[in-house]
Amino acid sequence: MANKERLIKYFFTFTGVLSIIFLLGIFFLLLYNSVPAFRKIGILEFFTSARWNPTSYTKPTYGILSLVVSTLMVTGGAMLISVPLGISCAAYLAEVATPMVREIVKPIIEVLAGIPSVVVGFLGIVLVGPAIAKIFNLPNGLNAINGSILLAIMSLPTIISISEDAITSVPEEYKMASLALGATRWQTLWKVVIPASSSGIIAAIMLGVGRAVGETMTVLMATGNAPAMPHSFLDSVRTMTATIAIELGEVPYNTTHYYALFVIGLVLFCITFAVNLTSDIVLHKHQEKLGT
Amino acid sequence: MKKIKEKLGFTILGLATVVVLFILGVILYDISSKGISVISWEFLTQPPKAGMTKGGILPAIVGTLYVSLITVLFSVPLGICAAIYLNEYAKKSTLTRIIRVSIRNLAGVPSIVYGLFGVVLFVQMFKFGTCILSSGLTLGLLTLPWTITASEEALRSVPNSYREGALALGATKWQAIRTNVLPYALPGILTGTILGLARAAGETAPILFTGVAFFLPHLPGSIFSQFMALPYHLYILATQHPAIEKVRPLAYGTALVLILLVLSLNSVAIFIRYYLRRKRRG
Repeated sequence: MANKERLIKYFFTFTGVLSIIFLLGIFFLLLYNSVPAFRKIGILEFFTSARWNPTSYTKPTYGILSLVVSTLMVTGGAMLISVPLGISCAAYLAEVATPMVREIVKPIIEVLAGIPSVVVGFLGIVLVGPAIAKIFNLPNGLNAINGSILLAIMSLPTIISISEDAITSVPEEYKMASLALGATRWQTLWKVVIPASSSGIIAAIMLGVGRAVGETMTVLMATGNAPAMPHSFLDSVRTMTATIAIELGEVPYNTTHYYALFVIGLVLFCITFAVNLTSDIVLHKHQEKLGT
Repeated sequence: MKKIKEKLGFTILGLATVVVLFILGVILYDISSKGISVISWEFLTQPPKAGMTKGGILPAIVGTLYVSLITVLFSVPLGICAAIYLNEYAKKSTLTRIIRVSIRNLAGVPSIVYGLFGVVLFVQMFKFGTCILSSGLTLGLLTLPWTITASEEALRSVPNSYREGALALGATKWQAIRTNVLPYALPGILTGTILGLARAAGETAPILFTGVAFFLPHLPGSIFSQFMALPYHLYILATQHPAIEKVRPLAYGTALVLILLVLSLNSVAIFIRYYLRRKRRG
């Protein structure tokens, strides 16, 4: 009997440990498949050259700099939109809205989180693109700013729900103390509540960044995918995720080009891992500080 | 003066919320107003015809359902077991902390990276080839962190007295979990499962290279066949089709079916959770 109990316990422990194995497995498989490309091309060229042209007949080049810059640019643009919008919305839901409004709006935001990225990308083509083309007088609207708008939409639910949790978790005494000193609710919100929840809000923003960096279908459909160093938000750009999505289907397995795509995957993994781990640590500190 | 500032500030925050809701409204309105006229019995029950310019999307609907089924069969049992470990057995230790960090990081791995992983592991190493099984397992890995988190939350909501009651009657720990804890947590686990299913049904990037096909004239015969899927079909119609303008209505129709599928799954889950909360509050 006790033996059986112990076996059961070991079994559940194993399934728990599987998460670590999967995470390490993803990392090592990416690394393992990147090594042949590093050997052939050299790590330096990957990260210092901006020319990505692996299918060139005469001299294929594998610089991922322009892809990295494109990803960061589109993500940065997205955050300029979604951070102010998301935090304002979170502050409204947590501090201003009546309980009934909150009960209604929160599930609606979950619905927004559930919209598949391919649908958002489709709207980038049929709605956002034509609008951008009209406003800026361009032949088409498939460019970095389109991608930024769509990624802002994709990252909003994450930013809103995590910041709202952070703002709600600020102890009632903090607010009471501020109000008792004669501060208005607005002053209390800005000078007390937001600063007290700042680490949670930072974690929310970082998770939003992680989401935007890793998004594939929306940017693939809406940014035009020209593999060159972008100069402005009105340029067509090609992100790291889009490059993998476009090229993996066309290359034969186990060629240098194939392995080079795993290098991009490895870089993506490292960026999102760093972002997520940081937000995790920040959030953990936040919870300890507030004693929850 | 202070009062005016406060009013103004709160109005701006309210406006931000309205903007967010407006975005969702535009998405839903545009897709449904332009997609509704395309949806007919034929659209839902026929394969694409005449080079995908006519006919329906039946193979894509069926393909998405098959793949989601594999996804759930893989990630739900595993997710529940991992959650049982975390909530019932694990003590506060470094190992538990690392497991939790891993789960949260798995949730943040880009979906296209899961696609790369699926190609290497399932398509090449396990030699499944590009098929429903490879795609389903890849999506299963992707949804696993969500299933674990949702199941753990469900287990955490089970009052301790349920466990203690069983233990006091001489039940072993596993008996207590099986007979008292799991049944109580089941609706919550179901919610998580449905949300995972909705997520898997809408994903495109992980299936791109693990089994989805541009066009298949017939329904998939086994889990080792390639398949069509709703999100990929929408991607094809929106960007890859030779007559993009001509098939735009079909793209809207496909988008609407996909959204309806995902949203109805989401609303079922939200409804179950809402109902549970009310019931438990008494």
